[in-house]
Amino acid sequence: MRRRIILAAAAAAGALTLTACGGGGGGSAGDGMDSRGDITIWYSNNEAEIAWGEQMVEAWNAEHPDEQIKAQEIPAGASSEEVIGAAITAGNAPCLIFNTSPAAVPQFQKQGGLVNLSEFEDGEDYITQRSGDIAEQYRSEDGGFYQMPWKSNPVMIFYNKAMFAQAGLDPENPPLGTYDEFLATARTLKQAGVAQYAINPAPTSEFFQSWFDFYPLYAAQTGGTLLVEDGAATFDSEDGRAVAEFWRTLYEEQLAGQEQYQGDAFADGYAAMAIVGPWAISVYGEDVDWGAVPVPTQDGTAPDETWTFSDAKNVGLYTACENKATAWDVLKFATSEEQDGIWLEETGQMPLRQNLTDTYSDYFEANPAYQQFGDQASRTVEVPNVQNSVEIWQAFRDGYSESVIFGEVPVDEFLSDTAARIGELAAGS
Amino acid sequence: MTTDVAASAGRTGGDPGRPAGPAAGGDAATSRRRRRILGAQPLGILFSAPYLAFVVVVFAWPIVFAVWMSFQDYFFAAPGAEVDRPFVGFDNYVTVLTDPDVWQAFGNVGIFLLINVPLTVILSIVLATALDRIVHARTFFRVSYYLPYVTASVAVVSVWLFLFARNGLVNNVLGPLAPDPSWLVNSSLAMPTIALFVTWKGLGFYILLYLAALQNVPKELYESVAVDGGGRVRQFFSVTVPGVRPATLLVVLLSTITGANLFTEPYLLTGGGGPNGASTSPVLLIYQRGIEQGNPDVAAAIGVILIVFVLILAAIQRKLVGGDES
Repeated sequence: MRRRIILAAAAAAGALTLTACGGGGGGSAGDGMDSRGDITIWYSNNEAEIAWGEQMVEAWNAEHPDEQIKAQEIPAGASSEEVIGAAITAGNAPCLIFNTSPAAVPQFQKQGGLVNLSEFEDGEDYITQRSGDIAEQYRSEDGGFYQMPWKSNPVMIFYNKAMFAQAGLDPENPPLGTYDEFLATARTLKQAGVAQYAINPAPTSEFFQSWFDFYPLYAAQTGGTLLVEDGAATFDSEDGRAVAEFWRTLYEEQLAGQEQYQGDAFADGYAAMAIVGPWAISVYGEDVDWGAVPVPTQDGTAPDETWTFSDAKNVGLYTACENKATAWDVLKFATSEEQDGIWLEETGQMPLRQNLTDTYSDYFEANPAYQQFGDQASRTVEVPNVQNSVEIWQAFRDGYSESVIFGEVPVDEFLSDTAARIGELAAGS
Repeated sequence: MTTDVAASAGRTGGDPGRPAGPAAGGDAATSRRRRRILGAQPLGILFSAPYLAFVVVVFAWPIVFAVWMSFQDYFFAAPGAEVDRPFVGFDNYVTVLTDPDVWQAFGNVGIFLLINVPLTVILSIVLATALDRIVHARTFFRVSYYLPYVTASVAVVSVWLFLFARNGLVNNVLGPLAPDPSWLVNSSLAMPTIALFVTWKGLGFYILLYLAALQNVPKELYESVAVDGGGRVRQFFSVTVPGVRPATLLVVLLSTITGANLFTEPYLLTGGGGPNGASTSPVLLIYQRGIEQGNPDVAAAIGVILIVFVLILAAIQRKLVGGDES
């Protein structure tokens, strides 16, 4: 009996293995480029984006009875990227996803899940004319656009005016421009006891956390240099060292917390400052009397010359889509000047569109709080669009955490070792 | 026993009214062939088929597929995408075994098991014995211990974060004795804290196992020890502990297997295996490598090594704890 079971199991295993070897089949990325018909789209699950999505779909459907959009929120999961990755593998991704992370694009592209938008006749022109020079950051290594640059949340330093006033600091012109000023302000806040920490970016190990501590300041310090350029890490430099040492000082003096905080540290008054984008304006609302300034640099930089991290989310057109021509038209409709304007009104997030503040001057006049974010949106850096993107950021985070947050490794060693490792990853090993 | 009966039936069975001859010999041969294929109890196959199918689909298939993946340059791809997934031999295993993060993760889970398994066995057997003897509020206590087990980790993690934070309740009680850095951001204490959390959370289930086992320990044995002058402690070590040995083996094996599959707690409690990977478990690493970073081939190799690791541990434990059971 045991022998029979073993034989049966071995046969089943062999069959399954052979099945596994022969997996695949179906259409290719190029199928359906001219096809039209109904499509499905996914968008984010926050209230403001849902409101925009619903009106956009309604407006399109009213004009296109033969090409209807069926829309839904991205299914729940540990992260949008995991859900999208699984949908690509299963072959049931929707036509468009209005929440595609640029960091995940190289992986989705490798999976064969994304359509090269440059292959549409007007694809290249539409993207570059809408977004201008900033679109180049979203171009893949093979020269194509596998994502439509859609919207950004340029991160800046938010500060609590009441806490600053309480600590004897000028809440309207806080000294936060240079590293020395920032550190002195942080020490003053801490000594005044107005909050547990001066600033409290998440100190946890997830690969994306460095986008909200090191990377914005590195972008500002270098005037817009990406973490990886021309296949090599760029941060093992004087600028990288200055940024890392700045954060190291904050952690060493316990001006920033080493423990994760459950909730929003800034909204809860646990920290006096935060690094966030304009999405936070509607969240903090009237609850916090806040101000915002550009991220600091070592010697100070004029606000209109300061760079930061974009925190962008883009739109992907997925190969599982049967009616790609309709999807492309919907994508252009959803990123038209009119729809971008409605997006701005509904969410306060910045369309990745050139001449943003001029195009929507009425909006920015009526909403001055958003003006500086609109201006900042033209000077943002994205995560590098290179293979092994997530692995690169995880390697960076691990090294940063060990050295900068916990001080177990000298900063110089972290910079050189991690740069070498990231160079290997960027080269594809 | 069943085999003997079946074999005997095979030798003497058949239609008693039918004369013996070449035809009868043919029937007997067919019958033997059928029995060889289907076994003595064909109905048994029918009854066990649903579970067998479940095991094949949910366990065997993924394991076989994972082993296959671990020998390929594999990544998940869209159906129909033209991708190259060449056979790479042991390359993925070399990658895994030369990765210090993997060694650290296995070391971490080793620390976890060293704390969690003995603590689980000791606490659950002692508490089960106590719960078996108490008369008042028995249900209340049993439910109290079982409640953490049925509560989702996600729900109770926040409470532990609050308890073990720098300014949390535990450090406030400890005062100057509080560790610095605090528990969950301390490289030496993060994993032991997680082990404590998991022990506390799973205790209710193991207590139930012991409570069931205790019902099979003859009460006369306790009386005999009492007659010989043995107190409660002697009764516990001379009667209870050997009496529940099969349950102990089960508890050790189950807590080892579930412990080796640790994921949720380091993912939530220490923010993804921090600090500096001090609480990263092999399964968390599999998640990072396979799902987040798109390297399921390397993740599969870690998974296969983890299976071998757990099997070796289980075999050792069975030898050490199982007694006659092994």
